Amino acid sequence: MSEHWLSIVLFTPLAGMLILLLIPSRRTDLIRIWANIAGIAGFLVSLPLLWRFDKNASGFQMVERHEWIPSLGARYIVGIDGISLLLVMLTTLVGAVAILSSWSAIQEKVKQYYAMFLLQQTGMLGVFMALDFFLFFVFWEVTLVPMYFIIGVWGGPRKLYAAIKFFLYTLAGSVLMLLGILTLYFQHFQQFGFYTFEIAELMKLDLPLSLQRWVFWAFFIGFAIKVPMFPFHTWLPDAHVEAPTAGSVILASILLKMGTYGFIRFSLPLLPKAAMDPAIVKALVVLSLIAIIYGALVSLMQQDWKKLVAYSSVSHLGFCTLGIFALNPNGLAGSVIQQINHGISTGMLFLIVGIAYERRHTREIAEYGGLAHVMPKYATVFAFAMLSSAGLPLLNGFIGEFTILQGAFEANRIWAAFAATGVILGAAYLLWLYQRTMLGQITNPKNLRLPDLNWRELATFLPLIAWAIWIGVYPKPYFEVLEKPVTEIVQRVRPEYFRQAPVMASAPLEVLR
Amino acid sequence: MSEFYTSVDHFALIPALMLALFGCAVLLFDFLVFPEPRQRKWLLVFVALGIGFAGLGLVRQQMFLAAEGLNEFTAFRGALTIDGFSIFFNWIFLAASLIVALVSYRYLEIEGEHHGEYYGLILLANCGMYFLAAGSDLVTLFVGLELMAICFYIMVGFLRFDKRSNEAAIKYLLLGAFSSGFLVYGFSVLYGIAGSTRLGDITAAVASRSPWDPLVFLALATTSVGLLFKISAVPFHMWAPDAYEGAPTTVTAYLSVASKAASFAFLVRIFLGPLISAREVWAPLLSAVAIATLTVGNLAAVTQTNIKRLLAYSSISHAGYILLGLVAGNPTGIKGVAVYLLVYTFMNLGAFLVVVALRREHILGEDLEDLSGLMQKSPVHAILMLIFLLSLAGIPPTAGFLAKYYIFWALIQARQYVLAVIAAAYVAVAIYYYFRIVRSMFISEAVDREPLASSLGLRLALGVTGVLTLAIGIYPQPWLELAQNSVLLR
Repeated sequence: MSEHWLSIVLFTPLAGMLILLLIPSRRTDLIRIWANIAGIAGFLVSLPLLWRFDKNASGFQMVERHEWIPSLGARYIVGIDGISLLLVMLTTLVGAVAILSSWSAIQEKVKQYYAMFLLQQTGMLGVFMALDFFLFFVFWEVTLVPMYFIIGVWGGPRKLYAAIKFFLYTLAGSVLMLLGILTLYFQHFQQFGFYTFEIAELMKLDLPLSLQRWVFWAFFIGFAIKVPMFPFHTWLPDAHVEAPTAGSVILASILLKMGTYGFIRFSLPLLPKAAMDPAIVKALVVLSLIAIIYGALVSLMQQDWKKLVAYSSVSHLGFCTLGIFALNPNGLAGSVIQQINHGISTGMLFLIVGIAYERRHTREIAEYGGLAHVMPKYATVFAFAMLSSAGLPLLNGFIGEFTILQGAFEANRIWAAFAATGVILGAAYLLWLYQRTMLGQITNPKNLRLPDLNWRELATFLPLIAWAIWIGVYPKPYFEVLEKPVTEIVQRVRPEYFRQAPVMASAPLEVLR
Repeated sequence: MSEFYTSVDHFALIPALMLALFGCAVLLFDFLVFPEPRQRKWLLVFVALGIGFAGLGLVRQQMFLAAEGLNEFTAFRGALTIDGFSIFFNWIFLAASLIVALVSYRYLEIEGEHHGEYYGLILLANCGMYFLAAGSDLVTLFVGLELMAICFYIMVGFLRFDKRSNEAAIKYLLLGAFSSGFLVYGFSVLYGIAGSTRLGDITAAVASRSPWDPLVFLALATTSVGLLFKISAVPFHMWAPDAYEGAPTTVTAYLSVASKAASFAFLVRIFLGPLISAREVWAPLLSAVAIATLTVGNLAAVTQTNIKRLLAYSSISHAGYILLGLVAGNPTGIKGVAVYLLVYTFMNLGAFLVVVALRREHILGEDLEDLSGLMQKSPVHAILMLIFLLSLAGIPPTAGFLAKYYIFWALIQARQYVLAVIAAAYVAVAIYYYFRIVRSMFISEAVDREPLASSLGLRLALGVTGVLTLAIGIYPQPWLELAQNSVLLR
């Protein structure tokens, strides 16, 4: 039992989906109840990972391996380290929250909807757990199809366009990534005489810089489209605006993290020379900085509530990629924490937009104003989400952004200066949004009788708010969990780093510990 | 047994003999014993028996090879070569024939053209295919090709009162005959070079000449025209969309998988046999053809509104991918061709079977619109179609991914990075048109309420193709071992 724990976590949603398929389509209440049970069960079975996980152990834990396709060298290998642990927990929690949030929003084709959602959960969990490149790729692609349907079937007026754009963009990126994977796979055969997709084996490869560069760019296209980094971000606003609320939540909170996770898990450790190549680092940092500032500026200009949040994702993910390519422990640890933070805060922001939309069927910011008078609970929750996203100290966003900035500062002061501008702009568009929608007098009579949050809606926010406060007040466990994997990655990419600056390295964010 | 017909000859011939025997028996019994229309279901038993006995013959060939520890054996003084390759492909043909025969019964009833000779033609065409995979003599191969092609000319025009079917048959016949002319011309040059029709002799004779020898080039060019026509590679693909659209859907399904697989087996035998020494000449030629095929197939499919035409262009693009395996030329690539054709047979058959089910008494069911709202009307068909389309597009964990994976792997191994990137880019184009169908099925509202055509055979065939398309994708090991034998033994 215990050695299969990760597989249990991985396949619980899929099992839930298979049982769901047996319920007749017209029993919508039963379907809803069962989907929520499956979602919560998915979260509950992932909880034991927390105490089974040993933060002092290096490498991967709870590894499970089976032969799968011997003639290709593909195995079923799952395992987690601190980085995956956090992302897995984020996936199971946000997944359960998103399923709960769909209770009244989805009225058509209910069964298909929840089936797609649960399938999506398994796909995403697989991406974060797979330690075999073939398995990883299978899960990576599996996530595409359910999201296509979630956007395309239950989305807004331009859903068809948004859904196929999302699919085509990501698919085009991932087939190029597949070629990169195959190149490593073949190189491994040439150097060691056998074919394997196991990450640990592929790490033993010694490749010349020129080849690493090519593979790096192939991976880059796959991951950067997913993140999305500037200039590959154009699918994101469309997908977010058209997707149903829960779809947006999953998309922002988890799917995008697959891209950043890919950079951390594969691009850096497998291609250390390319990742250290000054030209590549510079290019990626510049793209990240553009994303941070451009995303924030575009957010400032939005008239559409949901689009604003969508563009804010571009900006926040810019921080995550900046942290990764600062290539030091602070930057990387900050990046992972910021990924979790973004999952929590942006997830909440999308839920908030969704609740307003469900009541008023418009997302125009100008249609709202003064909602705090009629919906006090809603306004409070929104305040939490907004402040956590803006990076207010004692909430989660601050920890992530601060650590990333520290890492960027250590690498290059100018980067940090630009990124800091992004923090200020972020506070600006979020506060302005809050002001325009929540504060002041109610100008639009349609808003006078809006009902406040009900129990179910409140329940979707509470776990996320609790988590945000936990990270903000007591981030120590997170840094502890991340210390080993982050050190290992930096050690691999920059072996000389710890010899030069042992003090800086061993003490990320000492103040907060 | 005499020296003209040894026991080895018997082993080599028995599957083809069974197919031909039962094919002719069907023709005979059809009007002598079962004159009543409702008795025609007994003909299906004949088909099943013919295919069953032929399969038994293949099993015995396999056992013979294993028992003797041989990689291959030849019969009729080199006219037939039985090896893992021929056995592997013959299994594909038999499976395709059986599935097509199963679903044709109900379909032809609806079309009002249910005649017994149809089943005879399927078995005889399969007999022709047998010689394409197992033949190692120019004459044997050519006779096999023509036997298969003539059966198909008739079957494409089987809907006698349908203008489109007639037009398709005439087009296919004229262009097919023309391409056969080229092929025979090429064969005559090869014969001129070697003074023999045995592939082994020709291989040696061609190898003794320079690959740039004008005579070799002439043979190569004309043979290629004939072969590329059969697999509907660009620029010899024009017949395919028309023939596919006009033919009865069951025949389209058969044509698109079995005829294509047989022609590929033939093509691989020729290019890796007699023409192997001219590889440096044909490899760039074939890569250009493959790229053109991918481009035309994928781009033309984007704008189609008739499902059969759309699938016709998609099958053209698949020919491009398979050719790339041959271009890579390494063992991975050849194995990739085998795996691709195996997977393609099931997924493409499956997709056409759904189109077959869409044909109802008063509904043609060939338009993209006819699929709309399928998820509401018949979720099982919609989900199966989704699986087939995902597989055709090459999305894991379906079998189609594995097929494409082999092609990419072979290209990377051969360091053909540019070809690999182009081939990969077209996956994204393909998803666009496959997902137009998905969009109709899952997002659009239904236009009619008429339930889909159904019969035991159809349900069985859909189930088998659907399960295999998923199973090969999720647990491919046994299937890869099967394909492995087909290559290693060569």
